[in-house]
Amino acid sequence: MAETPIIEVRDLVKHFGSVIALNGVSLKVSSGEVLCLLGDNGAGKSTLIKTLAGVHKRSAGDFLVDGRSIDFESPRDALDAGIATVYQDLAMIPLMSITRNFFMGREPLKGFGPFRYMDMKRADTVTREEMHKIGIDIRDPQQAVGTLSGGERQCVAIARAVYFGAKVLILDEPTSALGVAQTSMVLKYIDLVRSKGLGVVFITHNVRHAFAVGNRFTVLNRGRTLGTHAKGEIAMDALQNLMAGGKELQELSGELGGTI
Amino acid sequence: MSTIYDVKDKLGRDERVKTSSLLTTLIRKPELGAVAGLVLVIVFFLVFASPTMFTLAGIMNIMAPASQLGILAIGAALLMIGGEFDLSLGSMIAFAGLVFAAALVVWHMPLAAAILIAFLVALVVGTVNAQIVIRTGLPSFIVTLAFLFILRGLTLVGLKWASGGATQLRGIKDVVEGSTLAGFFSGNALEGLFAWMAAHDMIDKFPNGLPKVSGVPVEAVWFVLFALFATWLLLRTKFGNWIFASGGDARAARNSGVPVNRVKTTLFVVTAACATLVAIITVLDAGSTDARRGFQKEFEAIIAAVIGGCLLTGGYGSAIGAFFGSLIFGMVLIGLTYTTIDQDWYLVFLGTMLLVAVVFNNVVRKRVTGER
Repeated sequence: MAETPIIEVRDLVKHFGSVIALNGVSLKVSSGEVLCLLGDNGAGKSTLIKTLAGVHKRSAGDFLVDGRSIDFESPRDALDAGIATVYQDLAMIPLMSITRNFFMGREPLKGFGPFRYMDMKRADTVTREEMHKIGIDIRDPQQAVGTLSGGERQCVAIARAVYFGAKVLILDEPTSALGVAQTSMVLKYIDLVRSKGLGVVFITHNVRHAFAVGNRFTVLNRGRTLGTHAKGEIAMDALQNLMAGGKELQELSGELGGTI
Repeated sequence: MSTIYDVKDKLGRDERVKTSSLLTTLIRKPELGAVAGLVLVIVFFLVFASPTMFTLAGIMNIMAPASQLGILAIGAALLMIGGEFDLSLGSMIAFAGLVFAAALVVWHMPLAAAILIAFLVALVVGTVNAQIVIRTGLPSFIVTLAFLFILRGLTLVGLKWASGGATQLRGIKDVVEGSTLAGFFSGNALEGLFAWMAAHDMIDKFPNGLPKVSGVPVEAVWFVLFALFATWLLLRTKFGNWIFASGGDARAARNSGVPVNRVKTTLFVVTAACATLVAIITVLDAGSTDARRGFQKEFEAIIAAVIGGCLLTGGYGSAIGAFFGSLIFGMVLIGLTYTTIDQDWYLVFLGTMLLVAVVFNNVVRKRVTGER
């Protein structure tokens, strides 16, 4: 690809004291594509996300945003660089209204100096419009997020990131806790976001969900990336085995009659 | 996208969601319980208390204790919404009172300097509380419980040192005599207005033309202004949104770029400053300070905040609710003296109100978040 990727990491290493969480991770994501990051529990997905999101600092390796090497001091820096992370269970605050959640940390202000206050009317209008765009009809943007379903919450979190000008979205297992209908709702929305020209890093351990929307697949195992495959280059089963680290799962899968 | 949810009736509504009724809209307001409670209490005393309770003089009698508690309760409410407790609130009143009184009587400072020193101490205590909670990750309940004892103990030790062995420090009235600044913290406000109203026969007056009630207790003015400010802050400002977010889920808030530690530190300082304000008001009022100042006020403040709709788990509540909660307290405390009921029922009432409020809040929370 001639285009500069939005995010590119090369041989990323992250140590926590003597623990090596990431030991050579390479991936890139360009605008208008969904990169699926597959990995089993303990593969280093969370550490990788947090490093990309500015929570952790890398120990070694290259981290390029729009082709330039970058160091994030805080999640705020990552947000300002257009990298928005949507965490699986930590995206929204259930007791707060949809509007308050939507604008959390980026409140629209009115007035001057010490008398600046939140422009609630505008916030409500924007929230209602943005929700309408993604097909969630809310009666009242002041209703608590807790009244929304899990899928709707993920969609609100994604819509928020898109609204605030994210160039790339990092989605941390957005579908893992959802039912079938809600999963397809979120997957459809991911597809919509891609068609708008954003880059998406979709983290999951469900190969089916990955295949539904992914353009390319990067497999993470024991803190390393095991290569990237374009859709069509690799079969679902092969990806599954790669993710699990080979043999064991094949054997187990055989015992269970190939149902995993 | 909406095709995913095609289980809708002819009007395009999801048939499983009833349209929100007025009741649902009302119940979403955290202060509903406190308003209902206040109405109940007023009705109770209208029936059982002597009618003098609801004269202007009677209402001013209620406002004094309600305001002192209310200033604390609003501070406690903001902190609780921000997800933390401050059990050192009551001891802080005594400690700030000691610092303030010692500055005046022992170090012979001018009133303005003594007030400044007292608030500086609040800044330090609030910051220390906050930093310990944030850095250790321990529950603020336990950290501030430690400070409940530390500050109370320091007050006792300090009082003995300052007074030469007693647990009381006197002589403050003489020192601040004639100070205009003292008028902001003691006595009555709006005396001109009350005199004018008396002159125009709008309120009761003595035969010599002076009003029977010469003004509003100054703490009531602080109380009302603070309640209005805190409500505006919570509901209409960026910082207010950050308070809800920090208490609702600190990690989610941090991920969204909310400076949670700064918010919590500010709230701890505000709470300590509230205690200091009450200390200054009561010390100037009494002309002395003693070791038992603010005893158990931390609990009363938290109860008033809970009656006002604050959840113990944080992230939900209201400042105006704490305002009404404190009015309930003042009304019951003073109201019982207008009845033939034994005043010690006050404590029974306190506990009962707390229980009812917590149960009610739990129901409301489930309603709000759609839990079943």
